[in-house]
Amino acid sequence: MSTIFWIIVAGAVLTYLTRAGGHLVLSRFERIHPRVEAGLNAVPAAVLTTLVAPAAMEGGPAEIAALAVGAMISLAGGGMMPMFLSATALLILLRHLLG
Amino acid sequence: MTADSYAAPRPWSEFMLGARRSLPVLVAAAPFGLLFGMLAVENGFSTFEAVFMSAAIYAGASQMVGLDLFGAKIAPWLVVLSIFAVNFRHVLYSATIGRQLSHWTPLQRVIGFFFLVDPQFAEAEQRVESGRAVSFTWYMGLALPIYACWVVEAWLGALFGRLIPDPHALGLDFLLPIYFLGLVMSFRKRALWLPVVGVSAVASIIAYKTVGSPWHVSIGALAGVFLGALLPPGKAAREEAQ
Repeated sequence: MSTIFWIIVAGAVLTYLTRAGGHLVLSRFERIHPRVEAGLNAVPAAVLTTLVAPAAMEGGPAEIAALAVGAMISLAGGGMMPMFLSATALLILLRHLLG
Repeated sequence: MTADSYAAPRPWSEFMLGARRSLPVLVAAAPFGLLFGMLAVENGFSTFEAVFMSAAIYAGASQMVGLDLFGAKIAPWLVVLSIFAVNFRHVLYSATIGRQLSHWTPLQRVIGFFFLVDPQFAEAEQRVESGRAVSFTWYMGLALPIYACWVVEAWLGALFGRLIPDPHALGLDFLLPIYFLGLVMSFRKRALWLPVVGVSAVASIIAYKTVGSPWHVSIGALAGVFLGALLPPGKAAREEAQ
């Protein structure tokens, strides 16, 4: 088997361990400390933000405008699909206009 | 918890409810699934290896990093370590959503955690927030379409990748940030949402500029999580805890 094959196998095993590991460690404790609980409740916003922020910073006017409009639609109570489609449409439009 | 979360819904409708939530994920992830297959072949992977990587690792960003480093002739153990570093955030996902899965059998957990990608985690957390239980059937209804498409896209990308005309003009490179923003916004009713988002954003940008990718994800995430743990919870969180 090739080097690539073994890189993939090792990467897959380690990736699975990250996905099962957090639960395995946490489930050893009878009670979860309220601070840990509060920290875990912050996980979705904290992690997902790191996937957006650098992209937003690197983005030009078209990208920033698309994200801003997406955020506003969400704040106004729009669901994921309206938000996603409007922001994407604006992005494509502005990229065409701004070159 | 509302009473109806204990009622046993029909398995098929529960599966379909999950599958319906996968639709925006499929649209947002498709360009990256295809792009991965295309880049894999350009970096010296065979079509089989490209598909195998998507099927076995099933984590887009880490797959791209793996390709990139392999193409740059980095030592194999470093490539593996980098894949691990990019995927380290899943430890947090696992610990967080694991609290809601105590009614699953051990085998269901063994299978379920394999599919715990970013949107899977976010959708499951939202379901918890809306007061409904995360059933294994619902979870797999969400997971299987995303997984199947991801694997097929690697194969299509490897075969036909170079046929995509102008990905930039179509906005394909920026679909995931838009989608992830939508997920961030969907958690805005949580305690401390704004401070956590602000601190994670600033920390990840600073880390991105200084330490570099992919470490900005773990650093930014930990900054937000520590803030959440340290600040006194808001009124809403205290009420929830009682």
